Amino acid sequence: MPEIKQLKDPVSRRRFLAVGGSTTAVAAFLAACGDDSGTTTTTDAMKSGGGASETAEFGKGDIGILNYALTLEYLETAFYADVVKSGLFKGADLETIRKFGAEEAEHVEALTAAVKQLGGKPAPEPKAEFPLKNAKSVLELAGTVENLGAAAYLGQAPNIESPEVLASALAIHSVEGRHAAALNTLLGESITPDGAFAKPADVQTVLKSVEPFLVG
Amino acid sequence: MKEQLKTPELAAVEVDVEGGDLSRSDVILKGALAAGAIYGSAMVSPFVRKALAMSESGDVGILNFALTLEYLEAKFYEEAKSRAKAKGELKSLVNLLASDEQQHVEALTATVKKLGGKPVAEPKFNFEYNDTAGFLKLAQTFEDTGVSAYNGAGPMIKSKEVLAAAGGIVQVEARHAAAIRLQNKEEPAPAAFDSPLSEKQVLKAVEPFIV
Repeated sequence: MPEIKQLKDPVSRRRFLAVGGSTTAVAAFLAACGDDSGTTTTTDAMKSGGGASETAEFGKGDIGILNYALTLEYLETAFYADVVKSGLFKGADLETIRKFGAEEAEHVEALTAAVKQLGGKPAPEPKAEFPLKNAKSVLELAGTVENLGAAAYLGQAPNIESPEVLASALAIHSVEGRHAAALNTLLGESITPDGAFAKPADVQTVLKSVEPFLVG
Repeated sequence: MKEQLKTPELAAVEVDVEGGDLSRSDVILKGALAAGAIYGSAMVSPFVRKALAMSESGDVGILNFALTLEYLEAKFYEEAKSRAKAKGELKSLVNLLASDEQQHVEALTATVKKLGGKPVAEPKFNFEYNDTAGFLKLAQTFEDTGVSAYNGAGPMIKSKEVLAAAGGIVQVEARHAAAIRLQNKEEPAPAAFDSPLSEKQVLKAVEPFIV
């Protein structure tokens, strides 16, 4: 899948900056990537309550990050619900899909509550349609979605301001990693496609990857 | 340079040597005082309490704590190559896990040095198991504990670069945990949230294996 290739592309973040990065986005990126002046930049960003960020279109600071995550969790939940309804799976595989779907639904609930707690407005559930042709292609799509989800959380973790939000995001992040590895195992693919160190994905890469499934 | 090539994720880490303004532990204390529980007190408060229970030794301390766990896992899988009697798919998995954990050891060691700290010495370990099933049971405990240990330490990490690198490791631990659980015919992701463990809880869990 082309989405996976994009994820593996180590320069995708840099390309994002070259294409669409404002100077503030560049500063935030450098802070997250270890520029020499990173600490000062980071601290300033924290003091100013987040400032411009990759997730600005979803809201300010942590609210934006949570709403971005919420949007992805909505998609995952809808995807698994559709897969369960499709009748393509039975037995143990169906149970695994049900279980993963239920966990994504719990993530939706938790993130919705978190946005409200921070005084924000939870992102609306996106309308989505997924191609459900046969069991193999559905499992492949599930693998793509979960690996992408895990990379998306990893990409945002260092941008999170509140330790509570970070603790929660980390608790979800590793579950997405578990889902991804389980699906990769079912698919006969490597459980650790990035090697010993999982790679993050930036917002633009993630949104571009899920775009084909959005309706309207 | 060789070390850096081996561990590109952590090699990119730049460090705030002067220390600074708003450390994550300060932020956590403030957050806890403000009682800003995200999921209601039932969900996040324990996270914060557990995170606060981490020793206040800064990023070097946290990295050395992680290094101890990675030493344990690396040694465990290295031994398992000859002791676990693994065959076929499991044998490949053991080799993969041994390699990943060894890379984590090297990356954490390099990062501690980079931060001006002294990497902890490798403890001596004793793993008691006699067969593949015994190995798998221990492996599941170690991987699940590792995930929760990193998740507990994450909010205490001050440097965003170190946090990003630790995040890249914990996701791999979670992937290992899922794969080992599948080998044990258990749910790869038993719960929607991987709850954190404090340093104390983790050390208590691994103590029996340190000689």
